[in-house]
Amino acid sequence: MSFIDKQARSLLLAEIVTGLATTFRYMFKTKATINYPYEKGPLSPRFRGEHVLRRYPNGEERCIACKLCEAACPALAITIEAEPREDGSRRTTRYDIDMTKCIYCGFCQEACPVDAIVQGPNFEFATETREELFYDKKKLLDNGDRWEQEIVQNLVADAPYR
Amino acid sequence: MVEFWDIYLLPALIIVGKILLIVVPLLVAVAYLTLYERKVMAVMQLRKGPNVVGPFGLLQPIADGVKLFFKETVVPTGANKVLFLLAPMVTFILSLIAWAVIPFDEGMVLANINVGGLYLFAISSLGVYGIIVAGWASNSRYPFLGALRSAAQMVSYEVSIGFVIVTVLLCAGTLNLSGIVMSQKGDLGLLNWWFVPLFPMFIIFFVSILAETNRHPFDLPEAEAELVAGYQTEYSSMAFALFFLGEYANMILMSAICTILFLGGWLPPADWAIFTWIPGIIWFGIKIAVLLFVFIWVRATLPRYRYDQLMRLGWKVFLPFSLLWVVVTAGFLVYFDKVPA
Amino acid sequence: MIISTIAFYLFAALTIASAFMVISAKNPVHSVLYLILAFFNSAALFVLLGAEFLAMILIVVYVGAVAVLFLFVVMMLDINFAELRQGFLQYLPIGGLVGIILLIELILVVSGWVLTPDAIKIGMETAPLVSNLTNTEQLGQVIYTQYAYLFQIAGMILLVAMIGAIVLTNRKRPGVRKQNIARQVYRRPEESMAVRKVEPGQGV
Repeated sequence: MSFIDKQARSLLLAEIVTGLATTFRYMFKTKATINYPYEKGPLSPRFRGEHVLRRYPNGEERCIACKLCEAACPALAITIEAEPREDGSRRTTRYDIDMTKCIYCGFCQEACPVDAIVQGPNFEFATETREELFYDKKKLLDNGDRWEQEIVQNLVADAPYR
Repeated sequence: MVEFWDIYLLPALIIVGKILLIVVPLLVAVAYLTLYERKVMAVMQLRKGPNVVGPFGLLQPIADGVKLFFKETVVPTGANKVLFLLAPMVTFILSLIAWAVIPFDEGMVLANINVGGLYLFAISSLGVYGIIVAGWASNSRYPFLGALRSAAQMVSYEVSIGFVIVTVLLCAGTLNLSGIVMSQKGDLGLLNWWFVPLFPMFIIFFVSILAETNRHPFDLPEAEAELVAGYQTEYSSMAFALFFLGEYANMILMSAICTILFLGGWLPPADWAIFTWIPGIIWFGIKIAVLLFVFIWVRATLPRYRYDQLMRLGWKVFLPFSLLWVVVTAGFLVYFDKVPA
Repeated sequence: MIISTIAFYLFAALTIASAFMVISAKNPVHSVLYLILAFFNSAALFVLLGAEFLAMILIVVYVGAVAVLFLFVVMMLDINFAELRQGFLQYLPIGGLVGIILLIELILVVSGWVLTPDAIKIGMETAPLVSNLTNTEQLGQVIYTQYAYLFQIAGMILLVAMIGAIVLTNRKRPGVRKQNIARQVYRRPEESMAVRKVEPGQGV
């Protein structure tokens, strides 16, 4: 670039004007944001959100208290206690997840042999107190009942790639 | 008693009324400037900006204000309490008292003093005290560094602002702000305003007021990447709100000064019938709004200067250039015998 | 009239009080702040006299620039003034003596003044307007027209003082690397970068 050209450009603030023109152009482009609480972005079927404990279609809970998820959990967020039920089947008496410890890695659902523990598509479970985030078995099963339909869809959508 | 009422009390009450008439709309304007800024920045960054509180987010500034109002004022243990609380008040008051001499329309001014330009210059040069005292009184590292930066920056840019004002005064031939506006009245309308013949000075003035109000790209006193929040680091609640209000009121004030000096104050851009129907105060407001838009536009566009670059720009570029322009303008006026009476 | 008299005494009293606080305040930063208050009140006194230009210049120059530098220096230097004051009483006799001599001299000088009866009356009024000119224009005529050469000489002396200070403190340090911003800005990729085809195992 010649000397005069350079000087003229710096005197006329050419680069600043170019920058300003760019931002001005961007004012009229379509906005990238969505109106969040009313609109939501698409989620992958593999999205790892809030945990649920699923049931079989006949209402029997899937979890067999194998404790593989507890062993797999790197954050030590899962606590399981198990006992044989009256009919002799092995079931959990306690299934707690400390959601404040959980790192949402998805190892628990990978480890589960019966697809009982699954991370659903829900990511809006903020609470007002810390205690509400210590999930117990009842809460997890309730979540399972609430999100069953979506989870089944996600599992079906993801099945070809597993 | 009646005499006392007539001579002292009634005029005093009228003046208080006029002051309220200026200050209250000003504070509302400041509140909505924050929304304006957030909205414009959002639009430039492909976002939508606040739109949840009230229609189009119009109640957002009020919500913010209420939030700040209900917070606790924290005074650090090591702070100098009196000065710590005095500093935001100083900033806020200084940003308000300057409006006493701003002419909103022909004859629509609280105090039409002869040295209006100097008064504004004096007030804006005092603005640094609120910041430097805040930084010192906080007794904390980041605020102190922020205050030092800000003081050096404001003093530096004050000089070139002074020369720019001198150039305009040379052309206008008066220090009275209404007089400066009236000197831009002419048949050519828009082209008669001082920003046309003094265009380089207009640019220098605008850049200098960016630095003077600590706005982007010269917001080094509060560069969050380096200094947390600069001189405001230790402030919370209403003390912080006063700083915030003062800063934004200063932005509006500087835009108003720029409008008066270069953009013909309340004058319409042309003497056509439609334009002259609109009252002068509306024109004044429109011009200020446009300048404020540029403030925000620049913020959305430019990255922050490095401190030595900022000082270099002030002392090595603006100062010699504005000094040269003062001499050139004066020489031009004398040579062509155009010195205003 | 009453209001302006009250205002005068208020500002005058504040000026003296804050001037006293400048020398008696323990904290140097407080001292500077009191100095600023004193400047403000003197500016107010100027306004009462009708000399608004001088008032504004006082604020712009002294409060807006000089006092900022004072504040800067005082804040940066962490001086313990209490320690400096320790020998204060020791020097009190000599200092007091000098003060008393000065006071006597002042009294002698002032008592030599004779005021015409009119002078007091004039002093009560605001600055007399020689013509219709504002006091800004009057000052301008005196400084820039009547005494233009003296003004230029004063400016030259100040310039020499400034250059002298710079020359005395400026030191050339060898080996300082400076940034050339224009060169950086106008550097293009093709000037500073070359794309080579490198054969595997050969190196450049």
